[in-house]
Amino acid sequence: MAKVTAVGLLVGLLALPVLAAPRQDFPRTADGHPDFSGVWQSLNTAHWNLEPHAAADGGVPQLGAQFAVAPGQGVVVGGRIPYLPEALAQREANFRNRLSEDPEGKCYLGGVPRSTYMPYPFQIVQGDGTIAILYQYATGLRRLTLGGSDEAPLDSWMGWSNTRWEGETLVVEVSGFNGQTWLDRAGNYASAAARVTERYTPLSPDHLQYEATIEDPAVFSEPWTIRMPLYRLVDDGYRLLEFKCEPFAEEKLYGHLRKPAE
Amino acid sequence: MTTTRCLPLLPLAVCLALAGCSEAGQPRTSWGEPALAGVYSEFTLAPVERPVELGTREFFTPEEAMAYQQRVLEAADQDDETVAGTPEDVHYDMGTFSLSANEGKFSENLRTSIITFPANGRMPPLTEEAVARQQARAALRTGHEFDGPEFRSLSERCIVWTSTLAPILPGGYNSNLQIFQSPGLVVIQGEMGDPRVIPTDGKPLPGNLLPQWNGTSAGRWEGETLVVETAGFHPAAAWRNASEHMKVTEWLTRVDADTLEYRFRVEDPHTWAEPWGGTYPLTDLGGILFEYACTEGNYGMANILSGQRALERAATEAAATEAAP
Repeated sequence: MAKVTAVGLLVGLLALPVLAAPRQDFPRTADGHPDFSGVWQSLNTAHWNLEPHAAADGGVPQLGAQFAVAPGQGVVVGGRIPYLPEALAQREANFRNRLSEDPEGKCYLGGVPRSTYMPYPFQIVQGDGTIAILYQYATGLRRLTLGGSDEAPLDSWMGWSNTRWEGETLVVEVSGFNGQTWLDRAGNYASAAARVTERYTPLSPDHLQYEATIEDPAVFSEPWTIRMPLYRLVDDGYRLLEFKCEPFAEEKLYGHLRKPAE
Repeated sequence: MTTTRCLPLLPLAVCLALAGCSEAGQPRTSWGEPALAGVYSEFTLAPVERPVELGTREFFTPEEAMAYQQRVLEAADQDDETVAGTPEDVHYDMGTFSLSANEGKFSENLRTSIITFPANGRMPPLTEEAVARQQARAALRTGHEFDGPEFRSLSERCIVWTSTLAPILPGGYNSNLQIFQSPGLVVIQGEMGDPRVIPTDGKPLPGNLLPQWNGTSAGRWEGETLVVETAGFHPAAAWRNASEHMKVTEWLTRVDADTLEYRFRVEDPHTWAEPWGGTYPLTDLGGILFEYACTEGNYGMANILSGQRALERAATEAAATEAAP
């Protein structure tokens, strides 16, 4: 009886989330939490495809190898995204139509979590009570309320973020999506019912561990998680420059409405 | 032109809520800087330029200000009597909920205008060089206004919105902004518009600035005031006909728990013979800002262009019908 109880206790303890021990070498705010302020960027091919993928043609012959898909081991824990059968068909349709339909080409906001692993830097501004994340791409911005718990008052592209601390980890619950963003250039997607839980944890003075769990019963048979390191940009005097892509998308969006040449 | 301010001692509760106060009672961030973060309304009753008849009068009396305020707010809710279904009926009803100035948060402002220098409270005239640039731009556009997206304004194209552009001036609606603050950094984000990232480490602006629609900013603290220098504007921005050499200096100071004082100065010898600038209060909005996804919802651009194409087709068909035997 005592042995069973001891085993049960051990199993129970192992099931608790393992909280990272506080690092001495990571910047901290006055209240002792990790300070994630700074410019960060992912270094992988998740923006091409979250799932494992070999090198492939990008589909734009004029750009040849310049627009080829670089290979990647994938960032999905467990390898594959658990689509429901009908949803998988939608993903395949997205992939076939990606050159015209991917919102990224229209300079539309990247949504969450795609904005994190687009191949462009983003800046975390961690202040008293609020955190802003500024994404270089399309000048996207998210306002994170520390300790907030309200439901999203309305839908948006970048979602509604509430945050809490779990030890060294900043947990961000994101909801209120409008279902119009994609998750990568391969047509992976979620619906407006999606709920994303992000976790940011210091890995070293210049690295974060980033995880995002996506839950969407309309599209997936179970929640699934992506995981990747984020790298601090340490260039001397680094500044996040503007990447206002609106002018570059105008031909794609409105070219067919242009006045015909006489 | 500097004003010395003695900030009133804030109640202890406010100081604690804002993460601490200095000895003199000014709220501090948790790392010891003056606390500027918050969500603010830019709306103010003072017009950008002073009515000509007021000459060099900088301030209303409180009675005059009340009368002026009443006139402005009443006028804001009046709507033209237009006939539904006519082209004339297509207009902004500025009395509509969420557009009305009557819902705006604003602070008392006895000033007769936002602009305080030159002395007449109005923008100085354009230089000849600026007029020539303006005319060259107009010449390229005349007769082509609806040919394609590049002939529409920068705001219609979702490229630039003025509600956070330096200098910050209130616009028709949604003139709200949020200030984020972290050690060594201030970010100003307009409800419509792009975030301006302002390092506050006191380093000067780098040379060889890349052209950016919002320019590049550098900040430093002078006592309780954040001083921001912005330059390196995109040549096509042409804000109020300015050139890419425009330089803007801004000063942000907390006045009380609900108010910041915003002052600005604009210099561009290629555009105005003298610098100009002004001041107005930023008032705590008492709310949050929402996402503004401009290009994602830009049905206006598609409708403007396709509408014009439809008019052109109709004109062509009408001409063909007339010409037919």
